[in-house]
Amino acid sequence: MGQVLSVLDLQRVYEVKRSVFSVQKEMINALNGVSLELDRGKTIGIVGESGSGKSTLARCILLLERPDSGTILFMGRDLLSITREELKTLRKQMQIIFQDPYSSLNPRKKVFDAIAEPLLFHRMVDKKEAKDRVIEILKDVGLDESFVNKYPHEMSGGQRQRVAIGRSLTTEPALIIADEPVSSLDVSIQSQIVNLFLDIKDRADIAMLFVSHDLNVVRFISDEIMVMYRGRVVETGTKDEVFLNPLHPYTKMLINAAKGKFFKKEGEDFFDKDRGCSYYARCEERKDSCCDSVPRLTGSKEHMTACFRES
Amino acid sequence: MQLLDVTDLNTSFFADGNVIRAVDGVSFSVSKSETFGLVGESGCGKTMTALSVMRLVQPPGRIVKGQVVFEGKDLLSLSEREMEKIRGGRIGMIFQEPMSALNPVFRVGEQISEALMIHKDVDKKEARGRVIELLKQVGFDEPEKRYTQYPHQLSGGQRQRILIGIAISCGPSLVIADEPTTALDVATESQIINLLQDLVNDSAMSMIFITHNLNITRKFCRRIGIMYAGRMLEQNSVDDFFKEPLHPYSKGLLSSIYGLMGDQKRLTAIPGSVPKLAELPQGCTFHPRCPYAMPVCREEEPIIKEMGKGQWVRCYLY
Ligand SMILES: Nc1ncnc2c1ncn2[C@@H]1O[C@H](COP(=O)(O)OP(=O)(O)O)[C@@H](O)[C@H]1O
Ligand SMILES: Nc1ncnc2c1ncn2[C@@H]1O[C@H](COP(=O)(O)OP(=O)(O)O)[C@@H](O)[C@H]1O
Ligand SMILES: [Mg+2]
Ligand SMILES: [Mg+2]
Repeated sequence: MGQVLSVLDLQRVYEVKRSVFSVQKEMINALNGVSLELDRGKTIGIVGESGSGKSTLARCILLLERPDSGTILFMGRDLLSITREELKTLRKQMQIIFQDPYSSLNPRKKVFDAIAEPLLFHRMVDKKEAKDRVIEILKDVGLDESFVNKYPHEMSGGQRQRVAIGRSLTTEPALIIADEPVSSLDVSIQSQIVNLFLDIKDRADIAMLFVSHDLNVVRFISDEIMVMYRGRVVETGTKDEVFLNPLHPYTKMLINAAKGKFFKKEGEDFFDKDRGCSYYARCEERKDSCCDSVPRLTGSKEHMTACFRES
Repeated sequence: MQLLDVTDLNTSFFADGNVIRAVDGVSFSVSKSETFGLVGESGCGKTMTALSVMRLVQPPGRIVKGQVVFEGKDLLSLSEREMEKIRGGRIGMIFQEPMSALNPVFRVGEQISEALMIHKDVDKKEARGRVIELLKQVGFDEPEKRYTQYPHQLSGGQRQRILIGIAISCGPSLVIADEPTTALDVATESQIINLLQDLVNDSAMSMIFITHNLNITRKFCRRIGIMYAGRMLEQNSVDDFFKEPLHPYSKGLLSSIYGLMGDQKRLTAIPGSVPKLAELPQGCTFHPRCPYAMPVCREEEPIIKEMGKGQWVRCYLY
């Protein structure tokens, strides 16, 4: 069985105050019917501007927070209905890597402890073996033995991200969710870490969800692409399909921007969000009828989009 | 004559007996109507260079040496009062984080008016009229409505438009924009770049555009300066730079970007990490990461060499 993860119709609503000075409440559909399927050894790249729901999706899949509804099948098990005990053993097989490795590493723990801890906790090694295994893992992520005794603040951003990646590999996970893992790194370091993700993917047959707002990075690393806009998937398909033959106006805009093409249209940030296509206000190809109802994802398995122009 | 001539600028931080040379011997010039891209990774001294030009360096930092000549005046020898007239008057500034640069309790229109009334001899009513015009110029469809709004009622991109309005309100001859789009989404970013491009094209304004994003400079700037560890390693025209960069560091940066857009399986990465300013290697600051490093590179720092018109490089290969 090749399927690692299957997500069906995930919903997550946040209730927020309209502004700092307001008592009015507003509902934000951070996830509005998101589905995806991910096989062993494959990487899905998730793109979309900030606020589109990428991190919420990552957190919900890992059950760091509970979705309001939907189904999450991980290794064939329904995460929202299994017992705590079962969840605990399954958790070991899912790992997350965040944008800022500084916040995911304990500042008072040396690299050795950061990596040895999950190894010992999950009884992957005994105390005697720990040191050798930690050094091995460090080597896998491109750090030498001398890093064993370093604290997070003694390392650069790129080195910390290597440690965070090493730590996530300790439990030999089936799924890694990387949420903007290179976004805060400098260009010269970003390439190194992208290469590291490629190595991991090749070697360990891990399934990966790779979240980024940088289309070029996502394109380089992914097999499939999922484009999110305001809590919905607006386009999804194989990398080549989405990049060479983008269907949704939002995807087209992102691809042009990534190529360094600038465009004129003023993006309106405020609009009636309850009616019609949520991209209507910014769409370069809209028709009046796009306001009437919400477009659904349609197309083939290789390429789907939620746009009335395409259906 | 150049609009701005910066020569051998040195700005350092003095703390706990240590000297951190944030800007080390930086020279460049910007001519009239030109957009100059100042590019480099975080911590390389871009902001400190901009702040030095504006004489806004705060202790424990201090400009140690150098010359900044703007419209024929040596800025480093002006009195603070004369300098105040230049800041926000002849030189406009746009910063990365629009929220912190705006005052949350004042209407955005009033904040632009304020900037106008400090530098120009106009009364409130006149200022308001001009601000409405400015709001239109920076792309707002309903300037009267925007005038009365508070910063929190605007999106990040709209706030950045307001800051751009403030920066150009007094008709400056130079605008320094320090990573003005880094906090924004790609869509908003490209709108803001477009706006800046229009403003530069429609007036005789020059701009120093600070960014870590080479892709943007390619479309937007005419000349480019590459900074690394407080130094300017290369200066070039954008056309020549993207065709054939001179410095090995520039080559590495470009191949990281082209690699992502190309078809190969792995990226050619620059090895190692950016050095801390307090622990700089001897010799060329880039030599530990440089594929072309020679023995001499480890010993002494290369001097800046002029390669052609408007081309400079700091490297022993030349
Ligand atoms: N804990 C939360 N409380 C309230 N709103 C939230 C919370 N987390 C996220 N949101 C909102 O949900 C939307 C999606 O956010 P997020 O998943 O962080 O997007 P992305 O990762 O794509 O930038 C945004 O509008 C955000 O403001
Ligand atoms: N307040 C400060 N105290 C000491 N060093 C500072 C201070 N501010 C900046 N620096 C030093 O100046 C260098 C350049 O900073 P900056 O110009 O802000 O870089 P950039 O804008 O290129 O990211 C930093 O690497 C840092 O070492
Ligand atoms: Mg996020
Ligand atoms: Mg800066």
